[in-house]
Amino acid sequence: METTENVLHQHSENHEGSWEGAAAPFNISYGKLMMWYFLLSDAFTFAGFLIAYGALRFSSPSWPVPDFVFSTAPFGIHDAPLIFVTVMSFLLIISSVTMVRAVQEGHRENKRGVVFWMFLTIIGGAGFLGCQAWEWTNLIGKENMSVTTNPFGSHIDAGTYLDEKGNATGETFKAGASYLLHKSEEGGHDEGHAEGHHAMAKGDHPNAFVDNDGFIHKKFKLASGPAAGQVQMEEFGPKAFGALFFFITGFHGFHVLSGVAFLLIIMINVASGVYASRKNGYEMVEKIGLYWHFVDLVWVFVFLVFYLF
Amino acid sequence: MANVLTAAPHSEEDVLIEQMGYDDHFHEHHDGDKFQSNFITTYIFSQDHKMIAKQFLITGMFWGVIGGLMSLVFRLQLGFPEESMAWLKPVLGKWIEINAETGMGALSPDFYYALVTMHGTILVFFVLTAGLSGTFSNLLIPLQLGARDMASPLLNMMSYWFFFLAGLIMFISLFLNTGPFSGGWTAYPPLSALPQASTGSGAGMTLWLISLVFFVVSVLLGGINYITTVLNLRTKGMNMWRMPLTIWAFFVTAILGLLSFPVLASAFFLVMCDRGLGTSFFLNEIFIGGQALDHVGGSPVLYQHLFWFLGHPEVYIIILPAMGIVSEVLAVHSRKPVFGYKAMVFSILAIGFLSFIVWAHHMFMSGVNPFISNFFVVFTLIIAVPSAVKVFNWIATLFGGNIRFTAASLFGIGFVSMFISGGLTGIFLGNSAIDIQMHDTYFVVAHFHIVMGVAAFFGMFAGVYHWFPKMYGRFMNETLGKLHFWGTMVGAYLIFWPMHYIGMAGVPRRYYRFDTFQSFSQFDDMNKFITIAAIITFGFQMILIINFFYSIWYGKKVTEKNPWGATTLEWTTEVDPGHGNWAGKLPVVHRWAYDYAKDGQEFISQITPLKEGESETH
Repeated sequence: METTENVLHQHSENHEGSWEGAAAPFNISYGKLMMWYFLLSDAFTFAGFLIAYGALRFSSPSWPVPDFVFSTAPFGIHDAPLIFVTVMSFLLIISSVTMVRAVQEGHRENKRGVVFWMFLTIIGGAGFLGCQAWEWTNLIGKENMSVTTNPFGSHIDAGTYLDEKGNATGETFKAGASYLLHKSEEGGHDEGHAEGHHAMAKGDHPNAFVDNDGFIHKKFKLASGPAAGQVQMEEFGPKAFGALFFFITGFHGFHVLSGVAFLLIIMINVASGVYASRKNGYEMVEKIGLYWHFVDLVWVFVFLVFYLF
Repeated sequence: MANVLTAAPHSEEDVLIEQMGYDDHFHEHHDGDKFQSNFITTYIFSQDHKMIAKQFLITGMFWGVIGGLMSLVFRLQLGFPEESMAWLKPVLGKWIEINAETGMGALSPDFYYALVTMHGTILVFFVLTAGLSGTFSNLLIPLQLGARDMASPLLNMMSYWFFFLAGLIMFISLFLNTGPFSGGWTAYPPLSALPQASTGSGAGMTLWLISLVFFVVSVLLGGINYITTVLNLRTKGMNMWRMPLTIWAFFVTAILGLLSFPVLASAFFLVMCDRGLGTSFFLNEIFIGGQALDHVGGSPVLYQHLFWFLGHPEVYIIILPAMGIVSEVLAVHSRKPVFGYKAMVFSILAIGFLSFIVWAHHMFMSGVNPFISNFFVVFTLIIAVPSAVKVFNWIATLFGGNIRFTAASLFGIGFVSMFISGGLTGIFLGNSAIDIQMHDTYFVVAHFHIVMGVAAFFGMFAGVYHWFPKMYGRFMNETLGKLHFWGTMVGAYLIFWPMHYIGMAGVPRRYYRFDTFQSFSQFDDMNKFITIAAIITFGFQMILIINFFYSIWYGKKVTEKNPWGATTLEWTTEVDPGHGNWAGKLPVVHRWAYDYAKDGQEFISQITPLKEGESETH
């Protein structure tokens, strides 16, 4: 069925160049133009979030160190800073490459090629989402981070941890060292973290304080700084970290999820030959491609602020 | 379609379109009929930009009446705090608290704040954004550019229905047991971010947020459409420098909306997290009822930055369409080309650009660094330059013109008056030092009501009176229109002029009553006067409503295509254009939009080719 929209746009698209008034700017169709404007507005939404991130981060006296926070990977891998996020970022970037190939095959009107490369793109996007799901599960389930709690803290000054009797142990740390508050009742399930093993009763102990939520705040004696010699305990890290991380990566993940859904729909349309008969051919593939590249580009910024700085 | 095709060419314009027009074979697709085949697709889920414009206008009028009535209720409270409001009990119910001993009915302070909040939200977003830009962008962009419709009629329809949904949700919030949101239209945290902060901060704020997120979607769908249509669907010969100033204004307005509303949406999403998930984006250490809350580390000033990054462009989203309409109306009715067309365009662009780098002038008193304020003061005052260029150009357009004092042109002239009055006080407030005294007083209320409230309404009224014949094929009653103009013009000044004085004397905004303060009670008479003026001025708006709806069905019929003798393309269509706007070919444009009083002719339509040796200079 000829839709009104198609009729509306025939005149502007048939007469590029000779059309004194309505030459399509940048020589692209109205649909692609609209996608660009949508992406522009979406970029401003992300910009709003990233500015909020910057404002909150730089008003906070300390910030968790990414190399410490994101150092876990599946299959029991520990102390591997940013390895896992590298893998998931790689998946997403590669899916942009396959998307380019899909668009190229679209220009060649090669239906099978479009479907093949779109399918790979979907695999890449779904793989990224899977990785993100694992990362969130690990952070929430194992490391007890949430939008309101951030167990990743860092020491301001150097010091020494205390043992069960309240005496200094040989376990020392430098100023700026990171720590993770463990929960006492989960110590037994924790596979690798040697220090979080024993279950402790709630309340004050000579070597730690266990709060009502079960977080073990280890005690230490400061060796440097203005409070040198005093005994203090590990506190929660800045709250905003958890909230910002889950919100911004979640918002981005939601974009990837919608992208995968649209890719799937359009791939099915391509496979069933919907676009073969269209005047503008596989332009739909191109439009979702624009969106997909945008989502990848946003990830670069998200990656930059959460994982690199 | 049949009715438009059978109308035989009879005017010069028809002949021109027939001979020189561009044939896009639109009507060979027989789409026009399918398009508006039944009641629902014609009047409700219409994809025709002209119908969508009417929907925006009438919905906006509905909200205008609601928002206006709200202001009357709180004006009654401010003007006559001693009088009993028991008579409002049947309407406002429990929000009128009856004193058991005296029988006095008083407006509940909670509801007073809810009324002020709703008045602001409704007027700024629903009336002056959707009702003004939504109406006239939809009506005029395709018609004045020679397009069959918007780039995407479907998204255009969705834009209206998202607006409708936003309105519906806001309307429901008025009837909540705890009342609608009451923390001000700017919704600053913590009043907006803590559900327990005030009565309206719970369910009322939740609905407010949902409503405005839908509203943002509506603005974005509309804006993407307007920009694409302006860039991509101009008819042959309509290059950018031949576009009427209305289109330039709507175009820049849409760009402002596209770039600023998403940032508002991000602020809203973060507020939602603070409310629902217990995050602390905008909340720092805070106590409620002596109880310390868990929130720590957030920044309420961050919200203000995100909000005003929309909030300031928003006032230009409101005023630019009015400026565009006024430029067009003044040129048509003074029978002169608009003075300084290119200067007008560059002013619009300059205002649009500057509007993005002045937002913190709303935050001089919120603890931002005074040194940073300096930059915002400078940029704010620079906006006075393009604004003054526009004002002088309007005056120069009128000067020496053969002015027809119709209701439309009167409102256009009134707009210029209001814009000058309100603009000058803006220069006071733009100075961060003077703002220390003026901040949060009635001086601010007077300033923004005149410059973006009344002025924008004047632009809207000018547009309604001017393009009513295009919308409904009938004229509005001119006598009633002029009565409406004089009542509104005088009334608006009577309301807002005295507010400058009481503001300078230090009377603060947002107070529930003043008579209990020794220092403010001397202004009791002034407050009474303002309230009475507001009631009367609101009464004059009823004249517009009656005139509008009466004229839709019983107004004088338009018999000629171009009743105002205007040059722009919308007047080359049938009196009541069908879907696709032009019955046959599309008009082709040969000249700019303001060839009035040229070469001894009263006006020359844009579709008239240049004569031999005639140059298109302007």
